[in-house]
Amino acid sequence: MLRYAARRVAAAVLVVFGVTLATFLLMHLEPGDPARAVLGIHATPTAVAALRREWGLSSSLPAQLGHFLSQLVRGDLGQSYIYGVSVSSLIGARIGETAALVAVATAFAVIITVPLSALAASRQNGWADHVVRAVSVVGLALPAFWFGIVLIEVFAVHLHLVPVGGAGSGFGGHLEALVLPGLTASFAMAPILVRSLRVGMLEVMDADFIAVARAKGLGDTRVLFAHVARNALVPTVTLLGLNIAYLIGSTVIVEQVFNLNGLGSLLLSSILNRDFPVVQAITLVLGTAVVFLNLATDLFAARLDPRIRLR
Amino acid sequence: MTTFVEPPGPPPLAEGGRRPRHILLQRARRSPTLIIGAAISLTLVLVAVLAPLISPYSPDHQDLYNILSGFSSKHLFGTDELGRDELSRLIWATRTDLRVGFLAVIFPFCFGSVVGTLAGYRGGWLDTVVMRAVDVLIAFPFYVLVIALIFVVGTGTTGIYVAFAVVDWVVYARAVRSTTLVVRESDYVAAARTGGLPDSRILLRHVLPNTITQAVVYLTNDVVLVIVAVVTLGYLGLGVQPPTPDWGTMISDGQEFLTTYWALSTLPGIAVLVTGLGLSLLGDGLADVMRPQ
Repeated sequence: MLRYAARRVAAAVLVVFGVTLATFLLMHLEPGDPARAVLGIHATPTAVAALRREWGLSSSLPAQLGHFLSQLVRGDLGQSYIYGVSVSSLIGARIGETAALVAVATAFAVIITVPLSALAASRQNGWADHVVRAVSVVGLALPAFWFGIVLIEVFAVHLHLVPVGGAGSGFGGHLEALVLPGLTASFAMAPILVRSLRVGMLEVMDADFIAVARAKGLGDTRVLFAHVARNALVPTVTLLGLNIAYLIGSTVIVEQVFNLNGLGSLLLSSILNRDFPVVQAITLVLGTAVVFLNLATDLFAARLDPRIRLR
Repeated sequence: MTTFVEPPGPPPLAEGGRRPRHILLQRARRSPTLIIGAAISLTLVLVAVLAPLISPYSPDHQDLYNILSGFSSKHLFGTDELGRDELSRLIWATRTDLRVGFLAVIFPFCFGSVVGTLAGYRGGWLDTVVMRAVDVLIAFPFYVLVIALIFVVGTGTTGIYVAFAVVDWVVYARAVRSTTLVVRESDYVAAARTGGLPDSRILLRHVLPNTITQAVVYLTNDVVLVIVAVVTLGYLGLGVQPPTPDWGTMISDGQEFLTTYWALSTLPGIAVLVTGLGLSLLGDGLADVMRPQ
């Protein structure tokens, strides 16, 4: 286990470095001039040049990269061009909202997908299977943000069950406000999960040990829960890990639909303001979060299933 | 009919595992998924192509006496806040979004398949470089990277094409690479190599025909994801720019009138849903038909 863990951690660190490099290059290959964008078209060349110097944009690309990396190591993500405060404080204020949304969405995704795929797999080619597969095809084609709008329309505007948008107050109000956004985000990835999980469960059901359990005369329910579900847990965890990138990506859109003040809405407003350091930092933070969540699920799966460690 | 006739077994496979064309056609005719999916997709393509002929108004025509008219005989699906005919805009948006969606996947499909085949077949440093690039690109949340790329390139369709060219090839490369690894070890590739065929011929005639199926099946599913993404970017104001009709901008424009004129936001969403459904069914049907049995 330790050797496997060491190998995975080393690989993750390498990917994080790649992610950092890619983010930096992406932001610095931009043809436009952020100083010009912030000062407006009437600014004098001297003012633009002064601002470029202040932001460290006048030095060479490798020098800028070196500066960026040395700052990063000290946990400094730079200063926002627009808000004039440190990017880390901006992100720190918003990251909780996004993390809460991701957690609620993941919980919903598990609650929705595991029973549905178990149902579909246990009645292969029966009507329940067909319904689940049909719904997952429809779900795949569903734009998450539009589904969010429909949910707002039905549950908030007409039924008054939950708030229309915003973060709510207090822990209970906060959780209540995350129900619809969480559902919306989980629906974006539920179809993918159901499709893969159903296949995974079918594979488990074909395994010899299930035939043995059946031959021993165990009931269908017991076989499904004690044998199939237990063995399908590992692919579920792995799948969740693989799709966490997609989920985090959809929260950007979901936050916009529900007016939540997370990293996603900060990213979008910074893009409109052309606030480079903030866009760069959020891209980096979310990319790094995905790598570490992937690592965590991989290690957890290896802990559950010793066969993975030998690969 | 209960006559026990031995069903005809599959005919011997042609070189490289390709099945004679009539078998595929025969199977296609028996797959309702494929038929329904193909019918929906074909209808949508027709709507897109024939938009100038079938839409009742020009998408930009403003009927200023009938703003936010609701359903009527003059404007079947009503008009938006600028008095533009909703039905006409839906039809023209089909043209925009299908075009952008299909164009956006061409480069990722071609580049990803070629790179995946080469990486899987050659191995070595090429494989390492490609797979590390794939690792880094899939680490980014899809929408975050696409939005960041559009930030750099600029909003609008060019931004979309560039963003998908950078991000989307990895899925094809990964899928094709893993099939290539299997095909590379097969007897017929070994035979072709022993026969002294050059690598280029082995790749084009023996490897690629067997690995490309995977990419083609994925292509139809990918078009769905890309169209949904194009619409999402339009909704965020980062994709297709007004006044070009696009389902995403229509949904975001109509959101303001959700409580009074729900159709303005809902109908474009349903259009996306139907498009996605048609293409997904087509993809699933194709996968069923092409899967070796």
